[in-house]
Amino acid sequence: MEPVFLTFVFVLAIFLGFELISKVPSTLHTPLMSGSNAISGITLIGSLASLKADNVTVAVILGTLAVAFATINVVGGYAVTNRMLEMFKKKDQGGAK
Amino acid sequence: MNTATLLINFVYVIAAGLFIFGLKMLSSPATARRGNLLSALGMFLAIVVTLFYAGLDYKWITVGVVIGTVIGLVAAYKVQMTSMPEMVALFNGFGGIASMLLAWSEYHQHPELSVFIAVVTLLSAFIGGVTFSGSMVAFSKLAEMMPSKAIVFKGQHIVNGAILLAALVSGVIFTLNPANTYAIFLVIVVVALLFGVTSVIPIGGADMPVVISLLNSYSGIAACAAGFVITNNILIVAGALVGASGIILTNIMCKAMNRSLANVLFSGFGATTQAVGSGEQQGEVKPATAEDVYYILEAADSVAFVPGYGLAVAQAQHVVQELGELLEKNGTEVSYAIHPVAGRMPGHMNVLLAEANVPYDQLVEMDDINPRMDSIDVCVVIGANDVVNPAALNDESSPIYGMPIIETHRAKTVIVLKRSMNPGFAGIQNALFFYPNTRMYFGDAKASIQALVAEFKSD
Repeated sequence: MEPVFLTFVFVLAIFLGFELISKVPSTLHTPLMSGSNAISGITLIGSLASLKADNVTVAVILGTLAVAFATINVVGGYAVTNRMLEMFKKKDQGGAK
Repeated sequence: MNTATLLINFVYVIAAGLFIFGLKMLSSPATARRGNLLSALGMFLAIVVTLFYAGLDYKWITVGVVIGTVIGLVAAYKVQMTSMPEMVALFNGFGGIASMLLAWSEYHQHPELSVFIAVVTLLSAFIGGVTFSGSMVAFSKLAEMMPSKAIVFKGQHIVNGAILLAALVSGVIFTLNPANTYAIFLVIVVVALLFGVTSVIPIGGADMPVVISLLNSYSGIAACAAGFVITNNILIVAGALVGASGIILTNIMCKAMNRSLANVLFSGFGATTQAVGSGEQQGEVKPATAEDVYYILEAADSVAFVPGYGLAVAQAQHVVQELGELLEKNGTEVSYAIHPVAGRMPGHMNVLLAEANVPYDQLVEMDDINPRMDSIDVCVVIGANDVVNPAALNDESSPIYGMPIIETHRAKTVIVLKRSMNPGFAGIQNALFFYPNTRMYFGDAKASIQALVAEFKSD
C-alpha cells in the first residue's frame, strides 16, 4: 500500500505546485528559481536521517558529502534569494539607499 | 510508529505548509521577501526535528553542516547579481548530487530492495547524477570557463542514444536483482554523469534560460525520488513543488522563443544555423552621436528601455538607472520593457535592474508594453538583439520567425546601443537596424550611457 500512498501525495503536490507557480510574475522568476532551489535542498532531511552512528565507512562518507552539498543548497539558496528580494522596491521606497 | 517519529512527521507537515505559503507569497514583489523567510523557517523546523531521530551520527552531521553552511553563505553574499545564472546552475547541481549520494548511501546500507524501492533508488541516482554533471557544464558555459556556444559533433544523437540505452539496460538488470549488482549501480552513476555532460554541451549560451529551468526541475524530481527511497513525505512534497516550478519556467521560456523543448535540447541552435537573409536585408544604417541621442531623449514624453544580455555583460544597470532618473526629472515617463528570455535565466534582467534601484513598478512585461508601443516616443535597446528583431514577425524565412518580440520598431524612434554591426547570437541580421525610425548608437553600452548622463548633467 505504501507506494500507492506516496504516489498519491506526489501527484497532489505536483498539481499544487502548478497552481502556485503559475501565479508568480515574471519579474520574480530569478528569485523563484533560487528559492525553489533552496527548497530542493530538502534532501538534507533525508541525508541527516541516513547518517546513523552505526554506519559503515562508505555510508558515512557518502552521507557526510550529501549533508554538505544539501546544506550549501539550503543555506546558500535562501540567503541569496533573500538578498535579491531585498532589492525589489516600490517607487516611493526607491532611491532610499 | 513511536511517539517521537510521529511528532517529527507532524512537524514535517507544518514545514510543507510553510513551503506552500512561502511560494504563494512569491506572487507579488511586496510579499515575496516574507514568503522566502517563511519557507526558510519551514526548512529550519524540518532540519531541527530531524536531529531528534534516535541513533544519529552527530559528529559527521556537524562536519557536513558546518562545511555546507560556510560555503553556502560565502557564495550567497559574494556573488554578483550579473552572475546569478551561474550561481543557480551551481546550486541546482549540488541539490542533484545530494539526492544521488543519499540514494547511494541508502542502497549501500540496505542492498535488499523491493522492486519499487529499486526503481526509485535508480531514478534518484540517475536524475541526481544528470542534474549534477549537466549543471556543472551549464555553470562552466555561463562562467565562460568553456566556450558558451553549442558544441556539436557528428553522431551526437547516436552517442546520447547509446548512453540512454546503457542506462536502461543496467537499470533493468539492477531492478531485477539489486542485492547482487552493486557494480551495475556504479555503472548507472557513471552513465548518469556522462549523460549530463553530453546532453548539455550541444546547447548554446542564449538557450541557457531553458536549460537552467529544466535542471531546476530535475533537481526537484531527484529530491522527490529520494523521498520515495526513504519513504519520506516532506521530500516528496517539496521535490514535487520544485519539479513543477522548473517545468512551468521551462515551458514559459520555450514559448517565448517559439520553439519546442525538443528543438532546444537537440538542435544545437546557433552552431548550425546559417546567417539566413543577411544578404537580402539591406538598407541604410543611421548612426547617431551622444549629442543626437541626448536631443531625442530630451524631447521625449515617454521612453522605454529594452535591456538584454549585453546590459549584464557591460554591467550597465546602474548607469541606466541613473539615466532613467534624470529622464524622469525631465518629465519623461520611463519604463523598462523586459522580454521573458532576455538574459541568461528567467527574470535575470529584473534582478539586475532591481539591484540598481529601479522600482519594480517600472518593470513592464512584453505583453503589457506591446499594445501601447505606438504611443511610446523612444525605445532604447541596450544589448538586446533577437528579442527585438521584426523579422520574427514578418520574415517567414527567418529562423526566429514566430518568436514573440518586443515590437520596438512601432515606437516613434528606436535607439539601438551596440558595439558593432555584428549579428546576434542566432547569427541573424537584425532588420530593425535598417528601419527608417532607427538610430544606431555605437559603442560600449556602459560608456555610451555614461556619455548621455554627462550630457544631461551638463545641461
